[in-house]
Amino acid sequence: MFGLFAVTGQNAYCDAALLEDRLVRGNHMVRLPIPKPEILAQCEQIIAELRKILPDDRSVITDPIRLKPYESDGLSSYRQMPLAVVLPETTEQVAALLRFCHARGVRVVPRGAGTSLAGGALPLADAVVIGMMRMNRILEVNYADRFAIVQPGVTNLGISKAVEEQEFFYAPDPSSQLACMIGGNIGMNSGGAHCLKYGVTANNVLGVKLVTIDGDIIDLGGRHLDAADYDWLGLIIGSEGQLGIVTEVTVRILRAPEGARAMLAAFRGNEIAGACVDAIIGSGIIPVALEFMDRPAIHACEAYAHAGYPLDAAAMLIIEVEGSLEEQDRLLGRIKEICNRFDPISLKVSQSAEESAAIWKGRKGAFGAIGRISPDYLCMDGTIPTSTLPQVLHRIGEMSVQYDLKVANIFHAGDGNLHPLIMFDANDPASLHKAEAFGADILRLCVEVGGCLTGEHGVGVEKRDLMSVQFTEAELDLQRRIKSAFDPDWLLNTAKVFPLVEQQAEQPQAA
Amino acid sequence: MIAPDTEDGFIRAITAAAADRTPLAVEGFGSKSGFLRPVQAAETLSTRNFAGISLYAPKELVVSARAGTPLADLEAKLAEGGQHLIAEPPTYAFFDRPGGTAAAQTIGGIIACNLSGPRRIAWGAMRDHVLGVQAITGAGAKIHSGGRVLKNVTGLDLCKLLTGSYGTLGLLTEVTLKVLPIPEATGTILFYGLDSGQAVTAMTTALTSPFSVTGAAHLPREAAMALGLQRPATLIRIEDFADSVVYRIEKLRSLFIEYGPADQMDTVESRKIWTDIRNARPLVMRPDYGVWRVSVQPSRGAGVLSQCQAAGLDGYLDWGGGLVFLSGPANETSHHAITKSVAEAGGVWWLLRAPDSLRSAVPVIPAEPGPLAAIRRRLVQEFDPAGILNPGKLHAA
Repeated sequence: MFGLFAVTGQNAYCDAALLEDRLVRGNHMVRLPIPKPEILAQCEQIIAELRKILPDDRSVITDPIRLKPYESDGLSSYRQMPLAVVLPETTEQVAALLRFCHARGVRVVPRGAGTSLAGGALPLADAVVIGMMRMNRILEVNYADRFAIVQPGVTNLGISKAVEEQEFFYAPDPSSQLACMIGGNIGMNSGGAHCLKYGVTANNVLGVKLVTIDGDIIDLGGRHLDAADYDWLGLIIGSEGQLGIVTEVTVRILRAPEGARAMLAAFRGNEIAGACVDAIIGSGIIPVALEFMDRPAIHACEAYAHAGYPLDAAAMLIIEVEGSLEEQDRLLGRIKEICNRFDPISLKVSQSAEESAAIWKGRKGAFGAIGRISPDYLCMDGTIPTSTLPQVLHRIGEMSVQYDLKVANIFHAGDGNLHPLIMFDANDPASLHKAEAFGADILRLCVEVGGCLTGEHGVGVEKRDLMSVQFTEAELDLQRRIKSAFDPDWLLNTAKVFPLVEQQAEQPQAA
Repeated sequence: MIAPDTEDGFIRAITAAAADRTPLAVEGFGSKSGFLRPVQAAETLSTRNFAGISLYAPKELVVSARAGTPLADLEAKLAEGGQHLIAEPPTYAFFDRPGGTAAAQTIGGIIACNLSGPRRIAWGAMRDHVLGVQAITGAGAKIHSGGRVLKNVTGLDLCKLLTGSYGTLGLLTEVTLKVLPIPEATGTILFYGLDSGQAVTAMTTALTSPFSVTGAAHLPREAAMALGLQRPATLIRIEDFADSVVYRIEKLRSLFIEYGPADQMDTVESRKIWTDIRNARPLVMRPDYGVWRVSVQPSRGAGVLSQCQAAGLDGYLDWGGGLVFLSGPANETSHHAITKSVAEAGGVWWLLRAPDSLRSAVPVIPAEPGPLAAIRRRLVQEFDPAGILNPGKLHAA
């Protein structure tokens, strides 16, 4: 199935056993480290040791049929079976596993729910996947001090559900919130549709329990707001499993506002909708959500959700405000006045929670909607300065023609996070290849206009090789050295985030 | 003092210092040079001549400024656009310590120390609004992290690592921050005569209400008197459109009937008193006094304050009880009383003002766990291999 190539260079950041090579799989290529021969050779022994650490039969998975679900994550075009999957249930077990893997030089891939769209949880052939899903308990909820302590396998929505009875919630709300786990949210610093007001994961976490590759257990942050010393928490959140494994998370929980309501505004052009966004922000109103959809996205979502979206519009905004009914009326009234200055095709202010839910249904179901009209799609995740939106959408339109692939754009307009959904056919290898090239061009464009490669999905393997578009070699080098300070042997989630060092040395070739 | 006016000037100065291992005291105007441990440095490297706002895009809610830009200049520019720094960074009244410099401070210094005001409870700290940084490492390398967009998870987040690192990892040359519109109105409810425990209960009621409280502070008698109030005062702030402020204040008052008659402050009065609270103006200060800042689980704040008061210190609560400001005789007895109480409450502390002799003799922040200390040493080695940037500022060598 895949070809292995000889090792020729020395990775400055790893020992000799960690030299990188290519793994070519079928028609699709992603370069992964060459599996360490000594690890593959000692596979049986390593598994036996893992079973000693986790005596429960069901906690160490090596049977290929049971391993299958772990061979990929949300970026399903990349697949690789791991050496084994282990499912610890305590911090001490995680520490014992990491201590063992460190001693034996075994690579480790941390995994939450496996919903990463960037291949953050893609296994390696010689790696042990540490799945955190059995650590799924809520350990403490403290409403007076407004925090909850949860294990990493608790789902994002699970936190809000656990506290909704007291009208509290956990703010970051990625689209995958039903499935994705807080441990993975920490890894990717996940966002959502309400970041403009409430921030992303890093702004909503007070503390974590981190297990290092040495098996040391370190508490970072706590139940208080500001931490003394370096902002270790800020460094860990979004580090994509490069620095350690988080086994407990203290999140901020917030009291929900009295209510929230959405409105729809449809416009004749992307530029006009963009100008309207500027005018709303310029008026001093910060809506809790400000979502933009282009014509293909409107059509796909309407066909799916029947939310009453205006099909004759070039662009549409979903705008949500919070407060009491009277406050909502006042804010929506002001926003409506602003929208009216931009010659809207239609304005629809929701009159109830049900109507708001219907408005959101189309947006939240966007991925499913695109899935109905195209068997496969890539969901990109760049961020751009909001003023460049019309220019960027225009360029994406041109690329769409050039690549002959359809694209729908969904945009968190308040914070500049753009999600182009590129439609392709995975049964046609050329189509996937084109889609990936198109996606990479979009991300380069995001950086060119002053934005970045990823707003909330993370780098993973997907955008790893584009990192040099955004960072100089010296900057990447410093980031690699920070990783080395935590993980000197580069065992944690190897081959993600950082471009492979010898990549330029060899050209890919098929097996 | 070396005070370059170009980025290259900083690179040259740091490269030269690294070459002959000359320790540098890194500062803006030096307003916070009395914080934490004294730095034994042969030379001072200041950002004060490297000033200016390089980008202001009000519609995108971002501003970029060179590190030496005076905070007041940045705030004035934002005010022209009807916006402000979200975490309302303080200009502490106790900056002008004996032998210290003027109270003017730079945006670089604010970020390097991650100082936030009362609004932190609702809208996050300075560290939460740093979108991008440019810095020169102790090896003389120019680096950037983040950018000018509100959402960015590309690579390791060095913005947060450098924010609050007190100039020990790199010298910040430029920062990009998220900003927000200044709320149309501010309102404050005041209750009088509560003890600290009752006050935290009241503040918790406010902060767990659906009314988006953006400030919750309690001033014991001495602290209240420093602001011209005659009795202990507990203050709750709302900031929003004027009609919402009226509505929310009314709703909150109805939650607090049990606390007896409450006073109310309008926008002008509110802005004044919250500026005083932000700037630690309620702290009782004498020339020989030290200042400690404590971050703790809010419900433990009253206990920490009471224990420290029993040890002869004065103080007040912000962040609903989660921030305790303390002042008192700058000696080891005070220091131990505070650190013992805070450790028991599971919080952290900073020694922000004391004679050099005390600041060199005691830890100025809590000890880090052993395994983290090893990681920290390796990390510092990568940023500052010669150990020349503010050496010993946070930890004794």
